[in-house]
Amino acid sequence: MAETTGAGAAPKRGFLKALEIDTRLLGMIGAFIAVCLVFNLMTDGRFLTARNIFNLTIQTVSVAIMATGMVFVIVTRHIDLSVGSLLATCSAVMAMMQTRWLPDMLGLEIGHPLLPWLSILSGLAVGGAIGAFNGWLVGYLTIPAFIVTLGGLLVWRNVAWYMTSGQTIGPLDPTYVAFGGINGTLGPAASWVVGLAATAVGVFALVSARRAKVGHGQPVKPLWAEVVLAALIAAAILGFVAILNAYDIPSARLARIFEARGETMPEGYTEGYGIPYSVLLLIFIAIVMTVTAQRTRLGRYIFATGGNPDAAELSGINTRLLTVKIFAIMGVLCALAGMVASARLANHSNDIGTLDELRVIAAAVIGGTALSGGIGTIYGAILGALIMQSLQSGMAMVGVDAPFQNIVVGAVLVLAVLIDIIYRKRTGAS
Amino acid sequence: MAIDRTGTPLVEMENMCISFGGIRAVDDVSVNLWPGEVVGLLGHNGAGKSTLIKMLSGAYHADRGTIRINGEEAHIHNPRDARRYNIETIYQTLALADNLNASANLFLGRELVTATGLVDDARMEAETARIMARLNPNFRKFRDPVSALSGGQRQSVAIARAVYFNARILIMDEPTAALGPHETQMVSELIEELKRQGIGIFLISHDIHDVMKLCDRASVMKNGQLVGTVDVAKVTDDDLLGMIILGKHPGQHAAA
Repeated sequence: MAETTGAGAAPKRGFLKALEIDTRLLGMIGAFIAVCLVFNLMTDGRFLTARNIFNLTIQTVSVAIMATGMVFVIVTRHIDLSVGSLLATCSAVMAMMQTRWLPDMLGLEIGHPLLPWLSILSGLAVGGAIGAFNGWLVGYLTIPAFIVTLGGLLVWRNVAWYMTSGQTIGPLDPTYVAFGGINGTLGPAASWVVGLAATAVGVFALVSARRAKVGHGQPVKPLWAEVVLAALIAAAILGFVAILNAYDIPSARLARIFEARGETMPEGYTEGYGIPYSVLLLIFIAIVMTVTAQRTRLGRYIFATGGNPDAAELSGINTRLLTVKIFAIMGVLCALAGMVASARLANHSNDIGTLDELRVIAAAVIGGTALSGGIGTIYGAILGALIMQSLQSGMAMVGVDAPFQNIVVGAVLVLAVLIDIIYRKRTGAS
Repeated sequence: MAIDRTGTPLVEMENMCISFGGIRAVDDVSVNLWPGEVVGLLGHNGAGKSTLIKMLSGAYHADRGTIRINGEEAHIHNPRDARRYNIETIYQTLALADNLNASANLFLGRELVTATGLVDDARMEAETARIMARLNPNFRKFRDPVSALSGGQRQSVAIARAVYFNARILIMDEPTAALGPHETQMVSELIEELKRQGIGIFLISHDIHDVMKLCDRASVMKNGQLVGTVDVAKVTDDDLLGMIILGKHPGQHAAA
């Protein structure tokens, strides 16, 4: 038995080594696939339907957006416990803006095309400002981030409550609601175009990276490994698009859409949803944050400060201002997450984002962000968010009682950190 | 090689004072440095030599005192200011970000960027390879985080960072403390080369033999005060020891 595994493992390791895929990433993908397969078995195949995968995707977006920012916060050895409350404040601002304040103050009527955009801009400004304020308290006044954001957890939750008098604010503007997921999708044709374009960009990135390495005389992986990698990227992107396209819009709703256009729906007509705008937003944020992390000075300083704050300071990096920037980014991302979350529900509710700080931190940590600082990836955090959401939805579908769901999620977070500690000890990574 | 001390000194630190919580860490100390000269700073732990030099490297801001670079008063409030005066420092702790690789550390705070403003890792790595070929030809681990490097390799990254940017004033805080004999020899050769280029070096050390071998002059500190500055060629090991331990200037013998 042991011999078989040993013999099987050796060439496999060579294969994976040639692909140069991070073992940690593989582990996370493996865990995600395992979670999906187990729930699929337990729900008699209901978990891996186009409908459920679509729902899972749009439910993940809000937490995943914040998790990308939490990577920067944790990499610099800070923490942000106020993200759920900050989301609520931003969501409240955006909801109040479009339903009360802008109509009252500027006289814009409900349904005015500027309303959603002005609301979103104010939400982003408020999120960025509160985040920068948090960063100032942490960076310049040297109050520990744990305390600043623990206070913020209470403060911003209740600022949101005060602004809305605790009421549910809605209905929200239809354009705004399109960012929530199911009410705003690309449709099958445009989704295929986006999928093919993304595949092309991915393959182009592989080719140009290889050219650059050859140009600088650096070693490259074998050509077959690049081809396999390109094929995997294409399969993942196009497979994902195919699944989102396969989820059909209910016929009653389609009929209403046709009616609104003044047409009648042909008999037996079907149409898939395609990629939701919220997912496009997440992909855009993921790309921007990854480029920031890996290819900008800001990202370099974030990781350097996480690795050795004194060295960063002595290298002339203004670590205080850096802290302000990191928390400001976190604040803007909370606003975007708040937009997606309230748009998905089509209203702002008083308890929106409650306990999201736990989900966001868990997503980042499960995704490989080290609490000791200096290490973390954006894609890892998004995958972490996906794993957390799959666990939660899967348990709900299986019929696990709510208290047990939360107990499992909490335990998984602790277990993930333990596995991470063991992994780092084994591989000798700091 | 004789040092020409007739012109303007490269660095003049005059009447430097700094206190931490009522304790005078550096008390009215003056030292200077000419081009092509190595000045050793000697003293026990806590004598104030690192603190003195951190006021030059921008890590601390002096309470009182004047720093002049090439005769002109210099205002150094942080490490960025020091870099503008071409002052480079090799810290005893090395000040490396362990999670980053050699080239990311070498260019930290001064990254090379592409036309679009993104960091140009390929070019930085090529430049790192170029300077390492000169400083430590056996260095190969360009891709690994520096936490995976040996003490000597880490030291050579820290030295490369100070040398690469055309320092005119170099501060070395215990540069050989973590090194084996072979690597120590390499540091000695480097110091000789830098001297020939007219760079001035402050060398902080515990090791009297290092100072006797590498330095032109030595300034000895005790309890935050300057005991005295001597020409290394004119004193013995015992004279320096007397200054460090007893705070006794060898000139006091002559006067007596």
